[in-house]
Amino acid sequence: MQDDDKMNEKGSGLSRRTFLKVSGISLSVPLVMGHRVIKVSGAEVKVFGPGKVPIQLTINGKNLSAQVEPRVTLLDALRNELDLTGAKRVCDRATCGSCTVIIDGKAVYACAVLAIEAQGKSITTVEGLMQGENLHPVQQAFIDNDAQQCGFCTPGFVVACKAFLDKNPNPTPEQVKKGLGGNLCRCGTYMGVRAAVAQAAQKGGRRNG
Amino acid sequence: MAEYKWPDADKRTFIGKRISRIDGPQKVSGRAKYSSDVNRPGMLFGKIVRSPHAHAKVKSIDTSAIEKWPGVKAIHVIAEPGTELYWAGASVVALAAVDEPTAEDAMQAVKVEYEVLPHLVIDTDTKSAGEFAKQATENKTGDPDKGFSEAEVTIEGNYGLPMITHCCLEPHGSVMEWDGDNVVAHLSTQAVSGSVALIARPLEIPATSVRVQQDHIGGGFGSKFGPDEWDITAARLSKKAGGKPVKMFNPRDAELMVAGARPSDYARVKIGLKKDGTITAWESQSWGTGGIGGGGSPPIPYIFNVPNQRKQHTNIVNHVGSARAWRAPNHPQAAAITMTALEDAAAALNMDPYDFFLKNIELTGQRAQIYSDELKIAADLIDWKKDWHSRGDKTPGHMKRGLGLSIHTWGGLGHASDCDLTIQPDGSVELKMGTQDLGTGTRTALDIIVADTLGIPMNAVKISIGDSRFPTSGGSGGSTTIGGISASSRRASLDALDQIFAKAAPALDAKPEDLEAVSGTIRVKSNPSKSLTWAQACSKLGATPLTVRGKNPGPGSLTNQGVGGAQMADVSVDIETGIVRINKIVAVQDCGLIIDLKTAESQVYGALIMGVCYALYEEKIMDAKTGRMLNPNMEFYKLAGIGDIGELKVHMMTGKGYDERGVIGLGEPPVVSPGAVISNAVANAIGVRVPYLPLTPDRVLEALEKKGGNNARI
Ligand code: FES
Ligand code: FES
Repeated sequence: MQDDDKMNEKGSGLSRRTFLKVSGISLSVPLVMGHRVIKVSGAEVKVFGPGKVPIQLTINGKNLSAQVEPRVTLLDALRNELDLTGAKRVCDRATCGSCTVIIDGKAVYACAVLAIEAQGKSITTVEGLMQGENLHPVQQAFIDNDAQQCGFCTPGFVVACKAFLDKNPNPTPEQVKKGLGGNLCRCGTYMGVRAAVAQAAQKGGRRNG
Repeated sequence: MAEYKWPDADKRTFIGKRISRIDGPQKVSGRAKYSSDVNRPGMLFGKIVRSPHAHAKVKSIDTSAIEKWPGVKAIHVIAEPGTELYWAGASVVALAAVDEPTAEDAMQAVKVEYEVLPHLVIDTDTKSAGEFAKQATENKTGDPDKGFSEAEVTIEGNYGLPMITHCCLEPHGSVMEWDGDNVVAHLSTQAVSGSVALIARPLEIPATSVRVQQDHIGGGFGSKFGPDEWDITAARLSKKAGGKPVKMFNPRDAELMVAGARPSDYARVKIGLKKDGTITAWESQSWGTGGIGGGGSPPIPYIFNVPNQRKQHTNIVNHVGSARAWRAPNHPQAAAITMTALEDAAAALNMDPYDFFLKNIELTGQRAQIYSDELKIAADLIDWKKDWHSRGDKTPGHMKRGLGLSIHTWGGLGHASDCDLTIQPDGSVELKMGTQDLGTGTRTALDIIVADTLGIPMNAVKISIGDSRFPTSGGSGGSTTIGGISASSRRASLDALDQIFAKAAPALDAKPEDLEAVSGTIRVKSNPSKSLTWAQACSKLGATPLTVRGKNPGPGSLTNQGVGGAQMADVSVDIETGIVRINKIVAVQDCGLIIDLKTAESQVYGALIMGVCYALYEEKIMDAKTGRMLNPNMEFYKLAGIGDIGELKVHMMTGKGYDERGVIGLGEPPVVSPGAVISNAVANAIGVRVPYLPLTPDRVLEALEKKGGNNARI
């Protein structure tokens, strides 16, 4: 292991990832698998890491397990450990929406959630929107309205639209502009996305509840 | 012998229609695999230690701390001690480890000492740039002194736009795998075929040992031609690690610092005019930077060939990550300087810029008629004659509304392209081409052309691209792809069809030239009831499939160059906060024969949105003192969101007069004008010019306070 002060030498470059890591390591516990329990002011506290710990995630209705360090984000666990690469890593700090997944019914940036903290929750990724070979109405609407060019933002946008329509089945254009403002597209597909949301809303984008 | 031309309008089944992209289902379902999605067994993660200094020499590198580190599998020094580094973010040492956390930790433990050297990262004036400013010789056309002496009115103004970055959502990078003597490169690239030799050369292996594969690319915009130094490094790490694949993609900060930039350009412009709107002379002192390699020299005055000109450009060579081609290189800058200055000229004469542009339209040369037609259509679509007012919205209140316009041009001739079209005896069809689909719909266009030509459904054709083992096709830049790939695939399809006709003719008791391919049949033109199904006709091939090579360039004129476009914007500006809101932008664009109207329109919408981004938000903000980029992240390097773009309207010029020209590229031209139209609309709204993009609230408020932007800071 390396020392905390080494990491801090870079000072200005303290990214969220590094920050999470620093706070993780400051508890000086030996390298262990899984968690252990320590007492803090009389209360029992679970301590994870800093080495790899086993995790169980419920993704698209399946229980999947992996071994990750506690500092690993849900996004990186999906992409690097579980080969679920639909969610994309773009800004990696909760700005662009390319990594959007649904956790317990809510659209969430997977780059801003630690994998260990996503345990016990119901996670839906873009890979889970199709039923068999049938596209979800939101997905079909994205195709019909060409709401995609390079398509790199598209999985995140599709998931965000699904979550948005689940909450707002008949959104106004103003609600669309606000509700989907958390997803950025560099190719400029927003006109298609607006049309796709309108189409999916009419068909009831709530197919999967 | 086939006649190599496009089918007439009444004979087109798919060409020119609104067709959904064929890889849409892959993209919306997350199944589309981008190079950065490639996961290979035993794959390592590569990271690069980068220089924090804008200009420095590497003094020493100490990697001893990580050499025995468990999980670190390979280390490679990119910049040996003594190497001079020219921008913050320059690569110094690379390593590969079993997972990303390990690689990140290891990166922090590498010790590099630098000798810090003086730097320059700002480009706001040529004087303070000192020795870094390289002045070009003066460029004179006609007699500028005479032109200005004949002028009845002279205007002067400052214009310009800063360096911006490509910010592709998929960062630059690759998964590199050294497999025995061969290298497989899963590269994120705009040039699948063209990358092979560029990978082989630095690795000192034969190009025949390199294979480049890419199913999908998450944006390029001109910044992803060929491998980068970090891709070559990934291959070296893979070799050092015994051939384990190495994934190396830029983190976002590096992506914005070093992986591409559009050069800045600024100009002080003087225009001589007659009171009737005639332009008599142009003078400009311009400058800009594209980093250590220098920037471009935008063609100003843009499009309008003013008879008398005096121009001087200065290139500032500074310590910012180097420029790369950015969608329509040099043109957005040229438009943002010229079309704004011309609107200011119209305002000085108290003329409607629409009338002023039309009055001078002959100066645009051979496309004058197209521009005039397009300006008329755009004016109708935005209600120009109703909503335009002379400069400065005089209505009460703090919200001011204004309109602006601009025109632009581009080449777009098809590049060199080869393809193989194979027809199997069972009737199945595959087209193979070493091209790439940047999101423009290349796959879909190929499918449209092959299916339309062979008279079969689109889903009966398999399109295989994105592999350097397929026939060589050009890089996707300069809007050259659609012209090249459409021409070669059309030629291959026509030639293949000729051979199918020859095989089928005896069975139909007809001559090959009397046959046609329609609706999944091969039939006799004069007697359509005499027909074979496509499969029956193909079975006449016997056991041997038919493969035909299609090429571009080649016989017949299937692709062409030279397009014009006109755009107009309607904006509202809050003069209390300085915030600019887009109400509407209209784009009228020609591009010859359109293959897929749906994806073509998407290109234009996308260009308008990218234009809103650079007009209102984008700027690579450099810190003069530290030499670092202050906003290498997506919170502060801002892009427009779904609510920031107003209403957009696209009108494609199609049909007679356009289709016969053949296929011309489209990706670039519509991104040229948005900066100019939005700036012009803001000037029309608030009554003063905000001289420099992006039109951020502080710049708008400063221009308002100073009653015109000529004294505003950059
Ligand atoms: S990658 Fe998670 S929000 Fe951008
Ligand atoms: S489609 Fe390319 S980033 Fe959205």
